[in-house]
Amino acid sequence: MNLAALRDRLDYQIVLLGATALLAAALLAGANALTRPAIAAAEARDLTESLAQVLPVGSFDNDLATEALSLDTAQGPVTVWRARKEGATTAVVLRLAQPGYSGLIHIVVGIAPDGQVLGVRVLKHTETPGLGDKIETAKGDWIHGFAGKSLTAPEPARWAVKKDGGVFDQFTGATITPRAVVNGVKRALELFANERARLLGEEK
Amino acid sequence: MNARQITRDGLWDKNVVFTQMLALCPALAVTSTATNGLGMGLASLVVLLGANVLIAALRHVISPDVRIPVFILLIATLVTLVDLAMNAWLHDLHRVLGLFIALIVANCAILGRAEAFASRSPVADSALDGLMMGLGFTFALVVVGGVREILGSGTLFADAHLLLGEAFRFMELTLIPDYKGYLLMILPPGGFLALGFLLALKRLIDQRLAERAARSQAANAAPAVA
Repeated sequence: MNLAALRDRLDYQIVLLGATALLAAALLAGANALTRPAIAAAEARDLTESLAQVLPVGSFDNDLATEALSLDTAQGPVTVWRARKEGATTAVVLRLAQPGYSGLIHIVVGIAPDGQVLGVRVLKHTETPGLGDKIETAKGDWIHGFAGKSLTAPEPARWAVKKDGGVFDQFTGATITPRAVVNGVKRALELFANERARLLGEEK
Repeated sequence: MNARQITRDGLWDKNVVFTQMLALCPALAVTSTATNGLGMGLASLVVLLGANVLIAALRHVISPDVRIPVFILLIATLVTLVDLAMNAWLHDLHRVLGLFIALIVANCAILGRAEAFASRSPVADSALDGLMMGLGFTFALVVVGGVREILGSGTLFADAHLLLGEAFRFMELTLIPDYKGYLLMILPPGGFLALGFLLALKRLIDQRLAERAARSQAANAAPAVA
């Protein structure tokens, strides 16, 4: 068989290209089937870890990742997870995205049934490195300042950075990023206040 | 082509970034720290090696007329396989590198090596070429990342333990204590600046090397004339 002559034939090229595509598709399908359970398990573990960060240690005994409900709001969907201990809801965790200086800032907010913030963490952001990234726990402890706050303390008008007459610090050279996070947390609290019964699972 | 020349080409003479000026998008995008450069470099090395071996093995079967789509298909498949496998079994590493893995498909250096080398060379040579080009790319990324990190944040190999494991925590150095940081170097313009100065430096070194080679050649030639 003369491979060199065969390679110049159009029908050979068509078959070659088709065979390569088929091989690629088969490999990817196989790999996808093989890795899917492991990836799903790893992602569920990631999610549980990130949710547990905003809840007090030992405050829940359920599998957080399995109990999610979704709320549709004007600013996009918000996912809510319920933390329970011995059947009673001890907290809810809201995940929402707030537009920051460059792109969306994804945060999780843990809220106690009485409306107090238990903790806030930034999951994902694309803010300016060195300026806006102080919202990460790795770069600063600013984000811990939300613990214990609620819609009544401080009062709603003071839910803003100091530059806007609020109680929260801004960073040198970056006001938009902390302002976005403050607004995001406030939005989570307002959402919780409006949908309290449903989020706590008190109505059927 | 002999192994020595392939090694020299990959690491220095035809370095992907510093000489061929290929793959500048990943080279500039991820090198805000030396650790990021190292991670991207190593991930690219794996794909480059795999793609070179695969394409060299299939080089007699692939028609020259349809080689580009075939190469791209093979490279993209390889990248996706690496991505899936890492996500499943090296999940913590994937969280650090995951962003870069998909970018490797767009790394023109890999298609470049497939086209320029692997499609016309035996498998063993192609494997060595992939390895050396990958190492050269990793070297370039670590150097660019290192320069930017030192000037931008005063550290070197920050967060290396996330990439390499706890045993490598000793690599994380703070070179300039209490450094306020020089933001420009971490932002994209810093990548261009660092790369520009490094390119100039490489030209300077190559020039010196060429001068020295010419001098020693002249010195060798002179006695023969006399």
